[in-house]
Amino acid sequence: MAETTASTPTAAVARPGRLREFWYYFRENRGAVMGFWVFAAFIVVALFAPWIAPHDPSQQFRDHLLQPPFWQEGGSLAFPLGTDALGRDMLSRLLNGARYSFYVGIVVVAFAATGGIIIGLIAGFAPKWLDTIIMRIMDIVLAFPSLLLALVLVAILGPSLTNAMIAIAIVLQPHYVRLTRASVMSERSKDYVTAAKVAGAGTVRLMFVTVLPNCLSPIIVQGALSFSTAILDAAALGFLGMGAQPPTPEWGTMLAEAREFILRAWWVVTFPGLAILITVLAINLMGDGLRDALDPKLKRS
Amino acid sequence: MPLLELRNLSVDFATASGPFRAVDGVDVSVDKGEILAIVGESGSGKSVSMLAMMGLLPWTATVTADVMNFDGKDLRQLSPKARRKIIGKDMAMIFQEPMSSLNPCFTAGYQIKEALRLHLGLDAKARQKRAVELFEMVGIPAPEERLKAFPHQLSGGMNQRVMIAMAIACNPKLLIADEPTTALDVTIQAQILDLLTGLQRDTGMALILITHDMGVVAETAERVSVQYAGQKVEEQPVADLFATPHHPYTSALLAALPERATERHLPTIPGVVPGQFDRPEGCLFSPRCKFADDRCRTVPPVPASADLGFARCHYPLSVSAEAEA
Amino acid sequence: MLRFIFSRLLTFLPTFFGVTLIAFAFIRVLPGDPIIVMAGERGVTPERYQELITQFGFDRPVIVQYWDYLKGVLHGDLGHSFVTKKPVWDEFFTLFPATLELSLCAIVFATLLGLPAGVIAAVNRGKFFDRTLMSSALIGYSMPIFWWALLLIIVFSGWLGWTPVSGRISLMYYFDNPTGFMLWDALWSGQKGALWSAIHHLILPTIVLGTIPLAVIARQTRSAMLEVLSEDYIRTARAKGLAPFRVNGVHALRNALIPVITVIGLSVGTLLAGAILTETIFSWPGIGKWMVDSIFRRDYPVVQGGLVLIAVMVMIVNLTVDMLYGFINPKIRKR
Repeated sequence: MAETTASTPTAAVARPGRLREFWYYFRENRGAVMGFWVFAAFIVVALFAPWIAPHDPSQQFRDHLLQPPFWQEGGSLAFPLGTDALGRDMLSRLLNGARYSFYVGIVVVAFAATGGIIIGLIAGFAPKWLDTIIMRIMDIVLAFPSLLLALVLVAILGPSLTNAMIAIAIVLQPHYVRLTRASVMSERSKDYVTAAKVAGAGTVRLMFVTVLPNCLSPIIVQGALSFSTAILDAAALGFLGMGAQPPTPEWGTMLAEAREFILRAWWVVTFPGLAILITVLAINLMGDGLRDALDPKLKRS
Repeated sequence: MPLLELRNLSVDFATASGPFRAVDGVDVSVDKGEILAIVGESGSGKSVSMLAMMGLLPWTATVTADVMNFDGKDLRQLSPKARRKIIGKDMAMIFQEPMSSLNPCFTAGYQIKEALRLHLGLDAKARQKRAVELFEMVGIPAPEERLKAFPHQLSGGMNQRVMIAMAIACNPKLLIADEPTTALDVTIQAQILDLLTGLQRDTGMALILITHDMGVVAETAERVSVQYAGQKVEEQPVADLFATPHHPYTSALLAALPERATERHLPTIPGVVPGQFDRPEGCLFSPRCKFADDRCRTVPPVPASADLGFARCHYPLSVSAEAEA
Repeated sequence: MLRFIFSRLLTFLPTFFGVTLIAFAFIRVLPGDPIIVMAGERGVTPERYQELITQFGFDRPVIVQYWDYLKGVLHGDLGHSFVTKKPVWDEFFTLFPATLELSLCAIVFATLLGLPAGVIAAVNRGKFFDRTLMSSALIGYSMPIFWWALLLIIVFSGWLGWTPVSGRISLMYYFDNPTGFMLWDALWSGQKGALWSAIHHLILPTIVLGTIPLAVIARQTRSAMLEVLSEDYIRTARAKGLAPFRVNGVHALRNALIPVITVIGLSVGTLLAGAILTETIFSWPGIGKWMVDSIFRRDYPVVQGGLVLIAVMVMIVNLTVDMLYGFINPKIRKR
């Protein structure tokens, strides 16, 4: 009933482009828009950190060890958010840390999504036995708790940010495989796919040109959500000493270094964690908004 | 005094794209022991007006009425708590989809006994006895077994019988049946209708039958109220309505009955009920009415006299339906 | 129902073999000579190297090695720790109660708060409480819990001095720990204040570990409730004249619980295994900390065995949840 009755006034106007329609729904969610702007700011900081930051992130000011933020007694505007135990400027380190988190997020999502989508498409189109084998392998990977598996992988590959990213990408990949396969399965039985098949489209064309674009919505949402998971996991690995190694100003690594000072200098602990929380929160807000805007089931309500 | 009297009932829904009037100034009145049918296409606000009276609409709905009396009580004045004492006891309702209208997590017995405990305060033994009795009344074989069954283990017709048993559990004075047979097989439909009319006769309750099926109306109802796009367009005793419909819409509905078809092709009413965005200026039926002229398209008509079945039309028909078709 | 259980069990087996294969492969197939890695920085003499190769069976075909390993696993023989020389199996079961105790406390904490919060939010959809609660839940969900733990330590242990920073019980108390469950043992030790001390030590780890499940449960409960509240049978329940508390708390919640219980169950699995960060920060002597310590010590048999045990544990929990799901959902139960 909705299609027939609601269409008249809107149909008079030309159907808005997909992007504009998406933005219309996205804009309705205030939290998502807020998250979007915070995320945009995060990207700007990540890209321009070396020019924005007042100091070099690894420069040690030995006269200013553990100096508190400027509004506290003993603080100065030269180091607005204070200094750490080696006299490095917290603000500069935090700004530069955004680069690493951004880098981790992009690389992990790119690898996990590409691999996961391809494997998921194959599983969705493959004969039953191959599909079963692929999905069993994914079950096996998912049987391990993700952080533990990443930790063990890094332990084998050797602790570094790159290896942490590889490990996280491997751990996140099965989610993409499952998601892609599930949407492929539901799309495959639809008429437009049969039509394309009848028209003589080959399997590869069916997979990537016909079916994939129609499965993208949930994958995009998953992409946003795993961006934040990647940042969290990379920080956790850094915190455990298995991610970026000191003196890299990665937020999790900074927290690990700051642990022994938690009762003496609250700022060295508070700010890196706050940076992680705000970034992850912004991305999750955006992800929720994306899901609402892209999910056609929820659109009408 | 009628058992139920609604005057100028309106329901507005707050939607994302502005308010939507689903029911527009409808009057309903039902006497004790009477069967009233409310007829109309999908989207004509039949169910909504009844749900509004029961207080079952979601919070997005605003209900207004000049009069809303049931059994001598003003429903508008009642607190939610006082209203819940009436609903499910003196006034009960059954719905269109029997399969989804029963809670899948509880047995049929649990759901029927819940009402018995709430309104009649029966103890466990009395509840069981009454539940079995009710199941027998609505023609469910092996009632003891069926009481223990979950809704998904029963067929659609059986579930609708459970719904009916639940509705009449506390001997209501008014039963509202909202398209009770639409979702059922044709053979089951007749059984359920027979059951409802039979129960109505035996218990003397009033029955409001909401339907879009004129055939059902002819078989069961005493009086018919025709709704279109949230408005009542005509109301007459059933025989008169079938003999001389006064509103072109009623006439068109009757003409669309297969039994009345005079040509090889069944006549249809072109178009659909207007929705939120395409409400016409004048008579709401004018875009689909074959008699409509400029006056119909610009000036909204008011209900005519009782002789003309309160037809909401500038040019009420007064010839018999057969002659018309 | 029996067929349902059986089909679930059937998928369990291949996953189990896969898990053992991965754990096995971690040490033998991946780059790096395990003996050199095990020997660490001290290095190893060629004779000792040969000896170790034979001892670990590295000179035999990989298939045979895996077969031996699998046989061992099926007999509960997961090898011995390089560091303590004790069987991995024994170490695991000594430490497991600590993790179980913490996880159960965390999940109870998360459920007791998250379930009612989700229900109330759904019933008051769009109102102030709902918005506040859902914002908080999203913050909880986005929380880096290692930082959250440090913050709580700063506030509650540092500034307020209310809670201890690490461990399971104050060093003042010493008693046998026969069950491994500190709360239980402290209660039965009869020592004054022991139970109180144990509870004190549990508070912060419970909150930290329970935060994300709390957020997940609250969100899941809310969305499940919202879905159920628009169902026809809720209208039927209201048409019976039932009070809102009964409609929401019995008719709606009973249906909403089906997906929520699944979520709670699955969180138990992740908690049992995922207490890594929490246990490390609070020096909680459970399997999470054990795994991390072993990874740093390059105690490979422990890492290998731990991986298998943890994965199997998660699988068993998930399997149980699956069956529980079948049991609480009448549509599956009575088929």
